[in-house]
Amino acid sequence: MAEAEFEPRIIAFLCNWCTYTGADLAGTSRIQYPPNIRIIRLMCSGGLDPVYVSKALLEGADGVLIGGCHPGDCHYQSGNYKARRRIAILHNILQQMGFDADRVWLRWISASEGQYFADTVTEMVAALKDKGPNPLKGVGSI
Amino acid sequence: MIEATIEVQESALKTIRGILRRLLEQGTVDAWLVPMALPSGDVGPTSPGGSVAPMLVTDPEALEKADPLAPVLPINAARAVANLTVTGHQEKLGVVLRACEIRALVELVKFQQAKANASAGDNILIVGIDCLGTYRVTDYQAARDKGRLADELLEGAMNGELRPYEGLAFRAACQMCEQPLPDGDHVDLTIGLVGVEPGKVYFKARDELGEALGLAANDAPAARAEAVEKLVASRVDARDAAFGQFRDRVDSMGGLLEEFSACIRCHNCMINCPICYCKECIFRTATFEHESQLYYQWAARKGEVRMLPDTLLFHLTRLNHMVTSCVGCGLCTEACPVDIPVGTVFRTVGEKVQAIFDYHPGRSLEEEAPVQEFREDELTTLGSRPH
Repeated sequence: MAEAEFEPRIIAFLCNWCTYTGADLAGTSRIQYPPNIRIIRLMCSGGLDPVYVSKALLEGADGVLIGGCHPGDCHYQSGNYKARRRIAILHNILQQMGFDADRVWLRWISASEGQYFADTVTEMVAALKDKGPNPLKGVGSI
Repeated sequence: MIEATIEVQESALKTIRGILRRLLEQGTVDAWLVPMALPSGDVGPTSPGGSVAPMLVTDPEALEKADPLAPVLPINAARAVANLTVTGHQEKLGVVLRACEIRALVELVKFQQAKANASAGDNILIVGIDCLGTYRVTDYQAARDKGRLADELLEGAMNGELRPYEGLAFRAACQMCEQPLPDGDHVDLTIGLVGVEPGKVYFKARDELGEALGLAANDAPAARAEAVEKLVASRVDARDAAFGQFRDRVDSMGGLLEEFSACIRCHNCMINCPICYCKECIFRTATFEHESQLYYQWAARKGEVRMLPDTLLFHLTRLNHMVTSCVGCGLCTEACPVDIPVGTVFRTVGEKVQAIFDYHPGRSLEEEAPVQEFREDELTTLGSRPH
């Protein structure tokens, strides 16, 4: 029997007002997307501490998706701009430490973009399948 | 600003003590936070003992023990200034700090953990002293003739050639410190030593302070600019070499797991870091007090799990939280019981992260730290739909 295809596991941190609602719309609209994603709802992408993204990667998640409102649309005015800086810092640090920063995606997806949410998850799963499993998956010495 | 080069009486140290004493006696300050020589205490057979620590001094007589030239930095005194100012104080506080301590203090002010912005009405006077390099506390303690350590550096300072005392090495952070001189509008008085003839000390003071000290304005020492340039150039070379070594190491290991493999997760680097600004660190909360059963689950998933866990996560998180504001004092390295070059990691990683925002930690009280602000028109490709 052929070896089962690698199925990446994605941890998603989605803001309550836009991307989470967008994911909801994808569901209620019955738009199909791969089931590789585990969603954690936040009130705002600006409330996401990089410690949780790092934790997911070190524990072996193959990818982390952070979803927030489009710039200018934040429910709390500026949370997504703050998130953008934090993710820019996180990407840079991960790169310099020898981790694959491309496993961490930030996407602005609004409450009306159910199709775009589904497309994003589909794209991300394909990209992670190309990359293969997170090399930290089997590393206990972290 | 008044610039003056004056002849020392007896020694540079005595002259500096005299200045501090004068400002205390005439009430320009009510208290000094200044490095003071500590008694040698329990002297062992191999160690003469004795060290230096910042102390809060209100007695002018006690300033006879002030030793801001001692080439040792046991703590970053910006932390002490935070304690002395953050909840308010009546007294006019004077602080004598090295450049890396002033930079740390500037960052702490931004994070509202110290009140040291005189132009915003804070009751503080900042004296910066040229740093000629510092030794590890244990090396300094072990030195028999401590005065000689400082004197040799003063001699080298003339030409900007600061070499460590025979048999000793400067702290790793000092070897690659390209900002050893106090700088910025927030410095009220600079005590200059680099590029200054032996037997003289250079002062740069705010006008009213210079007048209070009776400084007759004359020129900055002619050799200062050249000596500073030479010193900074040699430090930049050392810094770039250290950065390069670190980056090669990361490349060859395919990652940084091993850099921290010896970490015993004592958190000393975090405790000794003047910048680490969370009042309650997440790594010391219940968030990381996992249920016993969870460890077995992790072990089952990966086959093995390091105990104590979350070691690398701790360092990654600290990088994310404060590397943008790292001032390079290197006291994290000093605090590490297993000799991980924490400070070198932070400075190397910090260089590129700070460059994203063109940010220079500790440069100015007018700037906000990168994690405190944002611009709408920056980083616009990040998060947007790829085409």
